Amino acid sequence: MAKKEKDIIQHDHNHDGVDRRGFLKCMAWAGTGAFCVIQGGVLKSYSLSRLSEIGPSEAAGELSFVQISDSHMGFNKPANPDVVGTLKAAVDKINALSRQPEFMLHTGDISHLSKPEEFDTVDQILKGAGPKDTFFVPGEHDVLNDDGKMFRERYAKNAKGDGWYSFDKKGVHFVGLVNVMNLKAGGLGTLGHDQLEWLESDVKSLKHSTPIVVFAHIPLWSVYPEWGWGTEDSAQALSYLKKFGSVTVLNGHIHQIMQKVEGNVTFHTACSTAFPQPAPGTAPSPGPMKVPADQLRSVLGITDVNHVQGKQALAVVDSSLA
Amino acid sequence: MRRSVFTASLALAVLIAGALQAAKTVSAQPHQAQASTAEVKIDNFSFGPQTLTVAVGTTVTFVNHDDIPHTVVSTDGVFKSKVLDTDDKFVYTFSKAGTFPYFCSIHPKMTGKVVVQ
Repeated sequence: MAKKEKDIIQHDHNHDGVDRRGFLKCMAWAGTGAFCVIQGGVLKSYSLSRLSEIGPSEAAGELSFVQISDSHMGFNKPANPDVVGTLKAAVDKINALSRQPEFMLHTGDISHLSKPEEFDTVDQILKGAGPKDTFFVPGEHDVLNDDGKMFRERYAKNAKGDGWYSFDKKGVHFVGLVNVMNLKAGGLGTLGHDQLEWLESDVKSLKHSTPIVVFAHIPLWSVYPEWGWGTEDSAQALSYLKKFGSVTVLNGHIHQIMQKVEGNVTFHTACSTAFPQPAPGTAPSPGPMKVPADQLRSVLGITDVNHVQGKQALAVVDSSLA
Repeated sequence: MRRSVFTASLALAVLIAGALQAAKTVSAQPHQAQASTAEVKIDNFSFGPQTLTVAVGTTVTFVNHDDIPHTVVSTDGVFKSKVLDTDDKFVYTFSKAGTFPYFCSIHPKMTGKVVVQ
């Protein structure tokens, strides 16, 4: 475990959750997934590219699951002409984990253009994964033409509102939020009044010791508002979670790994399985980043999470597809 | 004498200005009659030009040059494109004067406006 501690941000001078080392690491992991372990209610994440470094104690826990994100099925531009191949590689990576995760979370942008055949292809590929259950939240690319109707019919039938819901697994409370609907000109991601009210009542009666995992597409912290990488009303949502000893927030959208710890809340963004995006402000726009073909899989990946009762953190492990 | 030279040059200046104005008016008329067109390019997650000024009746074509889909949605609900994948176009004719702010509903940080005079 001590070996992993070095990845935790030590010097966060700008309070932005990124130090230089962390930034370089994020770049190295961009596009990967992550392995997360919940230990004692705190989630730790490891890049899937570093799976071989994860010892049995890190991988162990009462509960482990995998986060995948941003498959962008249908994307066929130079940044990755084979998003089918890289999603399959992500599934292979999951199936190769020493401990099989119990389920998967997909944090949105399943499809590139919200087409039924794109969703079909992802569903088909995910059938090949060991874990049989996947919990989805939509990305903005999944709700392009119909205000998310197709998404809800396929992936969130029993959800509330635009597709938000919660569930419990082995004492951990999971909350899937939707922050890609009804976006306002000039603004960021939005949860909206109805969803915030639902969230407040959803967690009201839970014990403070209950580990909470919140997952949503757009980051629920201000990663880089200039590129729209944040959520307008996330502070309100987080205020309902203050009383809990362990809160883990898992997001996608930015196609690179970033982590920030603020009090009892650990924020984590996963890599895409499709293509990397530039680090904040390092390019004219957040558009797909073209890397040499032989390096692509090192910047794509998955995230594995483990929970161990009695320990303080969930372990989140990001691994690249390389 | 000096005064008359000054008056003469002033008169000349007014005459030239008037002629220029007339020329402008003359050239503008056939332009409008031809139903003018203009283009807004979507590049690097931004609309260019961000503010486009056109005459009433101008048809504006929005073209997406990004690798990522975008939309063109009027903030006031006047017009709304379908999702524009790479190289897709959205065409709209502005038949009324006014200022028409718009944004990309997928990436709402992207905003622009068309001023119709």
